[in-house]
Amino acid sequence: MQVLKSRCAAAILGASLTLAGCSGSKPVEATSLKPAAERKAAPDFTLKDAYGRPLKLSDYKGKVVLLDFWATWCGPCKIEIPWFMEFERKYKDQGFAVIGVAMDDEGWEVVNPFVSDLGINYRIVQGSDSVAQLFGGIEALPTTFLIDRTGRIAAMHVGLASKGDFEDGIRQLVEQ
Amino acid sequence: MASASSWSSKRLAILLWIPGAALAQFPGVLSIGKVPAVPVSRKETVELRVPVVLRGGYHVNSNTPSEDYLIPLRLTWDKGPLEVVDITYPKPTFEKYRFSARPLSVFTGNFEIATRFKAAPGSAPGPAVAVGKLRYQACNESSCLPPRTIEVRAPVQIK
Repeated sequence: MQVLKSRCAAAILGASLTLAGCSGSKPVEATSLKPAAERKAAPDFTLKDAYGRPLKLSDYKGKVVLLDFWATWCGPCKIEIPWFMEFERKYKDQGFAVIGVAMDDEGWEVVNPFVSDLGINYRIVQGSDSVAQLFGGIEALPTTFLIDRTGRIAAMHVGLASKGDFEDGIRQLVEQ
Repeated sequence: MASASSWSSKRLAILLWIPGAALAQFPGVLSIGKVPAVPVSRKETVELRVPVVLRGGYHVNSNTPSEDYLIPLRLTWDKGPLEVVDITYPKPTFEKYRFSARPLSVFTGNFEIATRFKAAPGSAPGPAVAVGKLRYQACNESSCLPPRTIEVRAPVQIK
């Protein structure tokens, strides 16, 4: 989580964009999914779930992935997680998966009860500073990436976005 | 549960990202102001007020957060030349945010945390520094920053 302390979010395309986590309470303006030809490969990583099983991002190639960096102390994250559970149910059969990366310093001791309480139905792994660094430093939570079937980043959401925008992006990506 | 339907999609973030692009450094949103030096008598307690400055648009959870999952603001002092008698936090405000179903107990803007001290037994007369730690966790309307702990240093003169 140390990385979160020092870095603002990654590069932003579009002159009018303002990043919520970098600028107090200013809202961010929306843009659309990045065109497929301009997308960059998502950094690969391997992290472990609560049972010690490794999760390797590149194993998800062929699927659309919603990668959510979150923490138990993050109120906005708590709002989004039920949406992601719904997306997991709704789009799983279309080759979609949610991966939650928990960034709590206290680890599974605090994450497991949270996951149980919410009944999270997708895989949760314990994040690390090095993985956060790979994704640009993850300055604020929630930070969410939409990754296309070829493993490239189509969009990044910093802060609480809207369920509708997430779902629009997922729909577009599963149909591509 | 907050409903997304009420939100204007124009206000929502779908940000495109380029791996390896230049990143901005993000400074902390909370800082400690100058703590005035206070004389501390061996026979009396003295109050020391720590000024806290929080960036506009952000809040920190109060010392008594509304929800169990929230990390409280907490000031602690290391053992040293002074003994803590008690710590008094300001009165929190209750603010409603997009991500909260009900108003949250928070601190915003500039505020002070008061600590009453007395000189520790055996502490030598003369200048000394009380060293403490302030732990907090800040959010704005849509995102949260990781919990941080910053050092607080208060000069004192033990009489």
